[in-house]
Amino acid sequence: MKQRRDVFQAIADPTRRAIITLVALQAMTPSAIAEEFDSSRQTISKHIQILTECKLLEQEHKGRKIYYHLNPMKVKEIADFIEPFRNLWDNRFNKLEAIMKNYKTDK
Amino acid sequence: MEPKTKIHAEDGKQEILITREFDLPLELLFKAYVEPEIVEQWMGTKVLKLENKKHGSWQFETTDPKGNKYGFNGVIHEFFPNRKITRTFEMENTSFPVQLEFLDFESLTAATSKLTMHMVFRSVADRDAMLKLPFSQGINMAHNRLQEVVSQLK
Repeated sequence: MKQRRDVFQAIADPTRRAIITLVALQAMTPSAIAEEFDSSRQTISKHIQILTECKLLEQEHKGRKIYYHLNPMKVKEIADFIEPFRNLWDNRFNKLEAIMKNYKTDK
Repeated sequence: MEPKTKIHAEDGKQEILITREFDLPLELLFKAYVEPEIVEQWMGTKVLKLENKKHGSWQFETTDPKGNKYGFNGVIHEFFPNRKITRTFEMENTSFPVQLEFLDFESLTAATSKLTMHMVFRSVADRDAMLKLPFSQGINMAHNRLQEVVSQLK
């Protein structure tokens, strides 16, 4: 019987987090992913399997090759993936506001 | 408390809408976008060029903690003081195509103002990649911190 997997189990492992980082920007084949690590291909395959079982990674067939890409809907279950983008701008704007408040009092 | 900066990014659309209300009069908010030394402070970048006029261009250069330099540039298409800036934005030496940005500045009260930033991308995939960029960098940073902790245990 297949073990039940959840996203939190998936991200508990540093290698799996590194795999997520790799495929976050582009779809990759299992061998391209494995090349980025010192671990054996079997070890990486196992990690990919776990990430796929919890639906963080999705398979895409292109010709004879299988590509894996990140499933953003599932990523939202961990934390809304837009949140870091929002934080980036929020921090910039907070800084802008603080600087201009001082600018006002300097005058 | 409700976050001050709001992001609106609908699934399947190639645009992002960023809105933010400031406890600043409109003139001060706009000044923060046109004075190079102020832009440098809040954007955390070096301003190489900033020509605030129609058909003017801009060029920024950011250096990360490791000393790597990243270039950004674009062209200004519309420039209406205290009202509107339309410009392009390009990240140099990346696969990201140029994007279009509409910045609308409006006064709410004598002491408050609002900025609406509308970013338009070449494709939905390009927009999603841009949204994911800070997310993947965040995972990287968490990963690096973990490695630091582990190396200290040795």
